[in-house]
Amino acid sequence: MTEKATVWEVFIQTKNGLAHKHVGNVHAADKIMALENARDLYTRRNEGSCIWVVKSSEIISSESEDSEAFFDPSNDKMYRHPTFYTMPDGAKHI
Amino acid sequence: MNEKNFQEKIEKEQKIEPKDWMPDGYRNHLIRQMSQHAHSEVIGMQPEGNWITRAPSLRAKMILLAKVQDEAGHGLYLYSACETLGISREELVQQLHDEKAKYSSIFNYPTLTWADMGAIGWLVDGAAIVNQVSLQRTSYGPYSRAMIKICKEESFHQRQGYEIMAEMAKGTAEQKAMAQDALNRFWWPSIMMFGPQDSESPRSGNAMKWKIKRQTNDELRQNFIDKTVGQAEVIGLTIPDPDLKWNEERGHYDFGEMDWDEFWNVVNGNGPCNQQRLDHHKKAHEDGAWVRKAAREYAKKNTIN
Repeated sequence: MTEKATVWEVFIQTKNGLAHKHVGNVHAADKIMALENARDLYTRRNEGSCIWVVKSSEIISSESEDSEAFFDPSNDKMYRHPTFYTMPDGAKHI
Repeated sequence: MNEKNFQEKIEKEQKIEPKDWMPDGYRNHLIRQMSQHAHSEVIGMQPEGNWITRAPSLRAKMILLAKVQDEAGHGLYLYSACETLGISREELVQQLHDEKAKYSSIFNYPTLTWADMGAIGWLVDGAAIVNQVSLQRTSYGPYSRAMIKICKEESFHQRQGYEIMAEMAKGTAEQKAMAQDALNRFWWPSIMMFGPQDSESPRSGNAMKWKIKRQTNDELRQNFIDKTVGQAEVIGLTIPDPDLKWNEERGHYDFGEMDWDEFWNVVNGNGPCNQQRLDHHKKAHEDGAWVRKAAREYAKKNTIN
């Protein structure tokens, strides 16, 4: 079996001013090749104005089976949402 | 418990993601189906690549190049998605070379004339689109996302093929005959791309229960035939099936018996081009080994990685 290639995750900013969004990954030996492969694979139809690549092994993800406990601290804080508050009748622009 | 949660998620139309628990059968089914799909995109470059240097105009050549490049891209999207199941790309390619993994039998037919580029785009890509549109709703997240991306790009493939057929069908008598001949050769293999009839398809049960597949082989095939008959009529070509006729009661076209002996013969490696396709893939892979090695060595020497 041949030596395995490094996998890089690819994030594309579709237009200036927007956030980068994950689109998939590429195999490449180094970062320049990763950027060029990402360009060839994910932007054949002008989909991008900027590309980020990052080694897949560098990404830390939360565990989906723990997601309930992990996100629990925000569940009981409804007062963080504007709809929690009662506004007096007639108040405008608020 | 895990299995129950998993099935509940599926019933609620929630996607399964790479880190979620899944039954081994689900994982294995996906690896087989997605790798077969990826290999089909990659092997599918060969019959069309055959005509790049002989395209009849610069416009046709540029289009064909772009299409073949898209097929490579689609193969890569699918390998990426398949790798999230814990198998490496190197293993996937090895399975193809060891003939443990298959690819779509349609690519084991030769492309004899330029009209075959039309027939492939119109019929083969057309059939693939019907299948892929349905798979956009598959339960495995990475597969579903790859399908959505592929479907966006695929419709140009079918239109360019149909345009070639339409042009040839209104050309000289000889050109029209060439288009009809391509349709005659590719029609039956295209409708057999959807696989065995539901009554003969052993793995469909779990695939439907797990929502990997959303429609059966026969439903997808009928959908494709219903769409395509009218398109043939518009350009004045005849689908080579004497039993093809509209069934008012069913609201679908009835069609003739498919030759399953021929189908299994090609699936089992005895089609006109099986050996050639696989040999070519192995050669290209081996010829590229020094490039991969050089890239790795270069990355080791430099601090740019």
